[in-house]
Amino acid sequence: MSPEQRDGIRQAVGNPKLQLALYSATARLLEKRLEAVSSRQLPSYQQLREQAHQLKRHTLDHLDHYIVEFESNVIAHGGKVVFAQNGEEAADFVLGLAHAKGASLIVKSKSMTTEEIRLNERLEHHKLAVVETDLGEYIIQLAGERPFHIIAPAVHKTRQDIAGIFQKELGVARDEDPEHQAMIARKTLREKFLTAGIGISGANFLVADSGAVVLVENEGNIRLCTTAPRVHVAVAGIEKLIPRAQDLAVFLKLLGRSATGQPLTAYTSFLSGPRRLGEVDGPDEFYVVLLDNGRTRLLADPDKRQSLYCIRCGACLNVCPVYRKIGGHNYPWAYSGPIGAIITPQYLGVTKDPWLPFASSLCGACAEVCPVKIDIPKILLDLRKEVIERSPGFSTSAEKSAFRLYAWLMKRPKLYALAAAAGRRLARLPFAGKVGPAAKWARERELPVPAAKSFRQLWRERPPRTNQ
Amino acid sequence: MSSREAFLEGVRKALGRKSGQPVPAPPSPLLSIPAITPAALITMFQQRLEALGGVFHLVATQEQACRQVETIVGNGPAVASNNGVLVKAGITSLAGVQSGFLEEAALREACTNAAFGITGADYAMAETGTLVLFSSPAEARLISLLPPVHIALVAASRLLTGIDELAAIAPNPAGLGSSMVLITGPSRSADIEMILVRGVHGPRAIHVIVLEEESRIP
Repeated sequence: MSPEQRDGIRQAVGNPKLQLALYSATARLLEKRLEAVSSRQLPSYQQLREQAHQLKRHTLDHLDHYIVEFESNVIAHGGKVVFAQNGEEAADFVLGLAHAKGASLIVKSKSMTTEEIRLNERLEHHKLAVVETDLGEYIIQLAGERPFHIIAPAVHKTRQDIAGIFQKELGVARDEDPEHQAMIARKTLREKFLTAGIGISGANFLVADSGAVVLVENEGNIRLCTTAPRVHVAVAGIEKLIPRAQDLAVFLKLLGRSATGQPLTAYTSFLSGPRRLGEVDGPDEFYVVLLDNGRTRLLADPDKRQSLYCIRCGACLNVCPVYRKIGGHNYPWAYSGPIGAIITPQYLGVTKDPWLPFASSLCGACAEVCPVKIDIPKILLDLRKEVIERSPGFSTSAEKSAFRLYAWLMKRPKLYALAAAAGRRLARLPFAGKVGPAAKWARERELPVPAAKSFRQLWRERPPRTNQ
Repeated sequence: MSSREAFLEGVRKALGRKSGQPVPAPPSPLLSIPAITPAALITMFQQRLEALGGVFHLVATQEQACRQVETIVGNGPAVASNNGVLVKAGITSLAGVQSGFLEEAALREACTNAAFGITGADYAMAETGTLVLFSSPAEARLISLLPPVHIALVAASRLLTGIDELAAIAPNPAGLGSSMVLITGPSRSADIEMILVRGVHGPRAIHVIVLEEESRIP
């Protein structure tokens, strides 16, 4: 971990305002999710999760077939599919299109995939104005930051922060009322929607049998981005494919509930091509940019392929004890939380940020809430193994010796009991946690006081079993 | 090799598959449609819509539907879609209601200035309080989106239980229009301090008028 990364984490953990915002937002989302997937609200929840997992598995195992089917259906409805190996190719396509259409303003809806390839930066570099239109994302763009959470990008900003950002960047009078702030954004962005030449969206799902892009949202900005400009470009990773429109019944039931506890979000758009003959509005041109950008590397590994099943609901972030402390900006790439910890090393290589798969207590909460049943803890363990094998300096010799000693002790019960007793005593001494290796660990944490009695002691003292 | 072929070849190679290699059938669709009486459907739809902040109206005749719209829009300005149901009910002829747009620029201009957008709906889903709108020459997309208040008229016979029934009835939405949109309550955001704000980009209010008189709805 770089000193900057370490500092970033220290700052987040030591910032009470941020900790409160992070804790309360994630707690609220979790609470709503729990109610929405309860057996009272959604009795078939476990069956739906299993079906979603099997559908994603089937689609990704035969992805070449579904890409071809999707493409032929997009073409049949008058759209076009563009194949991009990486972010540069995706950006080049949009640049060429903007040039051909004489478009200088692009409106965008929130998309993690375009964050991943830093599409805005690439387009702005070529003097195109790219405006984010999701309220949270717009705030973040004005502040010059990146999203803090997959579904709540500005969750770390207070209304006072936002009042300052709007005042400075938009030249409006300072206003700390969230409702007024939303109306300022509505007014400013409405004009952009109606004048932009191109609208760029991501995709929640790509439907192979329909050639359709499916987008879910609450604000209406995605509908505007995909309806008002003459040209709609959807940028999506190949893993977003699902076989049939009918399968949306399964995925939509899981996505909104897992993300925000909503049975359905305010708007779900199912878009299959440009406007048809006689339709009064809608884009004249419809493009889907299918992005690889490292996804085939994940596909090639049958064990970790399931990392691509993710539907980006963000539930694993909300439930993760690590994300809830360090927040989204301390993950090295666009994707944060447990899902970020498993896909980042696979996309960028395990040696780039070798600490990432280790930033987990392996508590398993992420796997429990995942609506498509990705075994995140198992993949974290596999990645840890890869890090140790491929990043020789990562594990220190002291750490290796400590584990060897531990393994040696574990095989000698009497010695282990003695060592454990000694450890319990040591941990109770007044200077425990202030010296030695424990001090480093305890700098940001409280050293737990060991239980008065060990497990073995309790086991010996347990009351005799009575047969009934 | 074209970039398309190279791309597809990369995917096939990763999966160890050959071009044109057969694919087993995907898992069967998982759809379950509960049996609910038409009256209970209407009640359920009303409850869910109101819980989202929508306004529910139940009317028995087209004349009543028209009066209901008149009460909501007053003198407008309002834009109505070209849906035959709205025309027949006399809604498109109300004072302050503009309709009959066949050209986008004029429609856009009218929608930008309108206080109300009036549409039909192909279906409504009771379990979630949702409207289902397919784009067509009769239903433009911007009318339910640009004006701050959306009013939709839907026949009671078009009330479905939920998304499973929609998937069963319309398994191929792409065949019905370039866009299908599911509208579940007013536009909303909780992006600032998790505080709910309505009408961020889409309408801040939604009225649904359910018309019980089935025989006259095509």
